[in-house]
Amino acid sequence: MSTSIEQLSCQELVELVTNYLEDALAQEERDSFEHHIAGCTGCHEYVRQMRQTIELTGRLTTADVSPEVEAKLLAVFRDWKSR
Amino acid sequence: MEHAVSLDDARLVKALRARDERAFEELMRMYNASLLRVAQIYVASRTVAEEVVQETWIGVFNGIDRFETRSSLKTWIFRILTNIAKTRGQREGRTVPFSALERPDAVPEAAVDADRFLSPDHERWPGHWASKPEPWPEERLLAAETRELVDRAIEQLPPAQRAVISLRDVEGWSSEETRNALGVSETNQRVLLHRARSKVRQALEDYLMESQ
Ligand SMILES: [Zn+2]
Repeated sequence: MSTSIEQLSCQELVELVTNYLEDALAQEERDSFEHHIAGCTGCHEYVRQMRQTIELTGRLTTADVSPEVEAKLLAVFRDWKSR
Repeated sequence: MEHAVSLDDARLVKALRARDERAFEELMRMYNASLLRVAQIYVASRTVAEEVVQETWIGVFNGIDRFETRSSLKTWIFRILTNIAKTRGQREGRTVPFSALERPDAVPEAAVDADRFLSPDHERWPGHWASKPEPWPEERLLAAETRELVDRAIEQLPPAQRAVISLRDVEGWSSEETRNALGVSETNQRVLLHRARSKVRQALEDYLMESQ
């Protein structure tokens, strides 16, 4: 591991979390990321909170189509159908 | 999985070609909300975005007989939308949202406020947490109010960030599907997702820790 990578600070780490979770870090960066969170309670918690955030966002339900919009679009569909 | 999607596509395409209203209702429920969110990246008002979505469906009806299964139905529908929305946005003289998709890091944004960290020239712990994140109270995480807070935090995001987090994390789309729908590069999609998730996390922290 190079010195610069070993010195990954907490402030730098929080900017890499999405790349980490998306599996978009190079192996070397990934190693130093994991090495850091293994020894830093703040960053360990931060990554956990990002996972919790993603999970909570996934519990939101897709907005329903309002009855007015639905009626309007169905009218457009029927217009096309009758052509 | 890719296969199951294609079978479903084939069924919907066939039904829509037969002018089956229920097939259209199904498509509308699947995609209308997402179409509206993506349209809002390109046009200023919700009213215009709704018009763009309506025009998109007309484009779908008119094109369905010629649709070829080389792309997924979803990708095809969103391509129609982005074409219409871009033209509409250009006519309105909106150029800012494009840079939000093409150069999202032109304006730097920190995931966490700099004042949460020790200064970069701190002699022992440069860039280390000055006030580190504390665990959130589990029992409040699943409360309905917390969910509403997440919803509001997403609503307040800039349109491009809002579209990416909605497709990826609310709708559960893959990164590839999201990139195709938005016509955005992989890197830029990740930048937008990162900013969106970071802000929602911050909103949660502010809310969950305020009474602690
Ligand atoms: Zn750290």
